[in-house]
Amino acid sequence: MTRMVARPAALLLLLASPAFADPTTPAARLAYTQLRNPAQEAEAKALMETLRCLVCQGQSIADSDASLAGDMRALVRERIARGESAQSIRDWLVARYGDYVTYDPPLSAVTWPLWLAPIALLGIGVLVARQSFRRRH
Amino acid sequence: MGVKRWMLWVPLALFAGLFVVVAIGLIKPADRTIRSAMIGQPVPDFALSAIVPGKPGLDAAALRTGTPHLVNVFASWCLPCIAEAPQLMRLKTMGVPIEGIAVRDKAADLQAFLQRNGDPYDHVGDDKRSAVQVSLGSSGVPESFVVDGEGVIVLQHVGDIRDDDVDAIAAAVRGER
Repeated sequence: MTRMVARPAALLLLLASPAFADPTTPAARLAYTQLRNPAQEAEAKALMETLRCLVCQGQSIADSDASLAGDMRALVRERIARGESAQSIRDWLVARYGDYVTYDPPLSAVTWPLWLAPIALLGIGVLVARQSFRRRH
Repeated sequence: MGVKRWMLWVPLALFAGLFVVVAIGLIKPADRTIRSAMIGQPVPDFALSAIVPGKPGLDAAALRTGTPHLVNVFASWCLPCIAEAPQLMRLKTMGVPIEGIAVRDKAADLQAFLQRNGDPYDHVGDDKRSAVQVSLGSSGVPESFVVDGEGVIVLQHVGDIRDDDVDAIAAAVRGER
């Protein structure tokens, strides 16, 4: 606390940062421009919708106006246009940011509860339902 | 058929469980920092052109010279980068070689920024489309990476380097970790 009081200027700077902290350089060409080839654009769009915006963490890069999201959209479109597969682009990003970057996480030691919990809950539901229907008779 | 007595306690137990989960979330919020998965990996190949007059651009080869470097991902439009500048200058005087990756910056803005806040950089590369930033697994500015002499990333510092981070970063550069 004393540190904060002692450095009000630094604190003010930090509080003020979101207001200014945006680049003024123009967006990448493919950030807001679709690919000419509709099949490639569809593939790129599908991938962008499952990639997390790293600045605005609840959104996908398809939804976000953050400059980094724009640059990532451009990256996805450029690589799709070059003929790279969506899976390979996803793997490249996962190698940099971990599974966190994808909204479609692969089954792994960490993510298995995510995949198996719905099945387990459904199983419990079926058991409970069977019990309660039996009682009626 | 009556409900078994112990089952009366089930809702309370569930509530207590939920209470504990929420309390933990309140007392110790989840860490939302995105860490790079590139730590322990070699720096990916890249070559960035120069943006500051008289100062060379930055490429991956400049990070494989046998001596460790601190790679600072920054921008003139980033306010925490101003807060961080004095700490970088201090690291510079401690003998840490510092290389800059300027994200989405303009030459004039960057020059003014360096004039005002000090210039600790040996090289500054112009990362026009955040491409190198993304290839390093960095999700914002400022971020800093300690890269050893062989070009392997050994440490990532997310956010501005504060006064009390300086010693740990200098130690990481010296390889004492």
